[in-house]
Amino acid sequence: MSWLSRVRNSLPFVAKRETPDNLWVKCPSCQEMLFVKEYEENLHVCPRCNHHGRINADTRLGILLDAGYDLLPQPSVKEDPLKFRDTSKYTDRLKKARANNAHSDAFSVGSGMIDGRPAVVGVQDFSFMGGSMGMAVGSAFVAGAEQALKRHCPYIVVTAAGGARMQEGILSLMQMPKATVMTRRLKEAGLPYIVVLTDPTTGGVTASYAMLGDVHIAEPGALIGFAGQRVIQDTIREQLPEGFQRAEYLLKHGMVDMVVERKDLKGTLATLIDYLAPKKAA
Amino acid sequence: MQSYLEFEKPVAQLDQRIAELRAASEGDEVDISAELARLEAKSAELLATTYAALTPWQKTQVARHPSRPHFRDYVAHAFEEFVPLGGDRLYGDDQSIIGGLAKLGERKVVLIGHEKGHDTETRIRHNFGMGKPEGYRKAIRLMELAGRFNIPVVTLVDTSGAFPGIEAEERGQAEAIARSTEACLALPVPMVAVIVGEGGSGGAVALASAERVLMMEHAVYSVISPEGCASILWRTAEKAPEAAEAMKVTAQHLERLGVIDRIVPEPIGGAHRDPAAAARALGTAIGDELDTLAQIAPEQLRRMREDRFLAIGAN
Repeated sequence: MSWLSRVRNSLPFVAKRETPDNLWVKCPSCQEMLFVKEYEENLHVCPRCNHHGRINADTRLGILLDAGYDLLPQPSVKEDPLKFRDTSKYTDRLKKARANNAHSDAFSVGSGMIDGRPAVVGVQDFSFMGGSMGMAVGSAFVAGAEQALKRHCPYIVVTAAGGARMQEGILSLMQMPKATVMTRRLKEAGLPYIVVLTDPTTGGVTASYAMLGDVHIAEPGALIGFAGQRVIQDTIREQLPEGFQRAEYLLKHGMVDMVVERKDLKGTLATLIDYLAPKKAA
Repeated sequence: MQSYLEFEKPVAQLDQRIAELRAASEGDEVDISAELARLEAKSAELLATTYAALTPWQKTQVARHPSRPHFRDYVAHAFEEFVPLGGDRLYGDDQSIIGGLAKLGERKVVLIGHEKGHDTETRIRHNFGMGKPEGYRKAIRLMELAGRFNIPVVTLVDTSGAFPGIEAEERGQAEAIARSTEACLALPVPMVAVIVGEGGSGGAVALASAERVLMMEHAVYSVISPEGCASILWRTAEKAPEAAEAMKVTAQHLERLGVIDRIVPEPIGGAHRDPAAAARALGTAIGDELDTLAQIAPEQLRRMREDRFLAIGAN
């Protein structure tokens, strides 16, 4: 299966009977009506305004990894440890998210090759409860790092999240040091850890594993920051500068190494891996 | 003058009656000392029962009490000496995170913590305890220094969260917090962290990724403020009491969840009623922990720290 058909098959609406309704999508940025097929072939990037649309975990893995990669099983974690309930039950929110998603939580790991180079790729999926980091996300991040240690290969993590999963309270906060334990182990093992920051990456995710990479790559226009814009505005009561917390702003302020278009992402990773990957034992 | 919280109203009323009675009896022949003693005992008992049954939201208010002891009070009452060290060597010296060399009894430690300030002027100077990137980078610098000179690290965490501002974002608030967490995990020396007031989100975890994490009896520790959680999930900050309940923010809850190791008892009616006694209890608890950890080899300490966080959430 080519990566393209993999991408296409992972889109929930393509499987349905083709009606005029799902032949077109509207670009969330420039509002242009786009032919779905054209939009998909362009990796969910608007051909008119270059807006990089949000994509799910399988689509992302299909773009970055060579065909035939292995999907790691989701580690089992305690579900709803706090018996959390706001306007609805956390378990109901989970159920709903799972009904609309191919995976059981917001972090999926593929183990395979990037243009023939061994790599493990972890992907955070914004479509699953805003990509929020709870115990399942933290444990899947750890599992990905362990797989990279086992294969002695680079670990690439694609981030996308509003932040920590509030419904898991303090246990979600504890995923920050937990993930950091693993980035340290990768470092000690001499394995490259590369972060791809996508729209949006904020809160506790940014303040832990998203900012600890050997190399930071951001997708164009991605919102990346620690505090949410509304929180900042409420605190300082000032207008936020143009382009604040966007990928290009982070590049200018030295927080990311490069802003790379989606179509060039796989090639860029391959180049970086060639420089940084551990040398093969003679 | 004692300032009372909303839920302390019955105690406040009683205390007021005692004060009035005392004032009225001045120069009076009638002996009311028996009546005064009776009322005072009643007030003390009411205070004790109130504080034994605080809700998570009430604890949040106690943790934020304007007279609650902060870093400087703990330094004054629990430590013999404090030599402040300043600056991150990159940008500036953030006054919301203070650090330096300190003596706890005979033990030499590197002491780092948030300082919220105690009046308008100092609150502004310390930015209400909301750390900026240069504060976290100062903490990193001091932790590395502690590692090189083989001095244990003690942190006192007391922040509503790291500062959300334009310049903090520009200078890499997220990166600074992530590196500070990493610096904790890398320490080859013992580390004891205490949540003394508010443990707010990433700004707290950056100084609390230790092998031993303690909490003051009425401190709170959470991923987001109850108000923040309520405004996102309930769409109104007024549901903060419900959010505090649902998130399990109290020391007692967190000990059961295995997120903290030890609760430091506070004086009856909260640390703000007797800061010196609260600080002494804190000093004793930290001393105990440091003495236990002193026997452990650097690699083992790191392993303890790693295992602690890896175990959280594992089934």
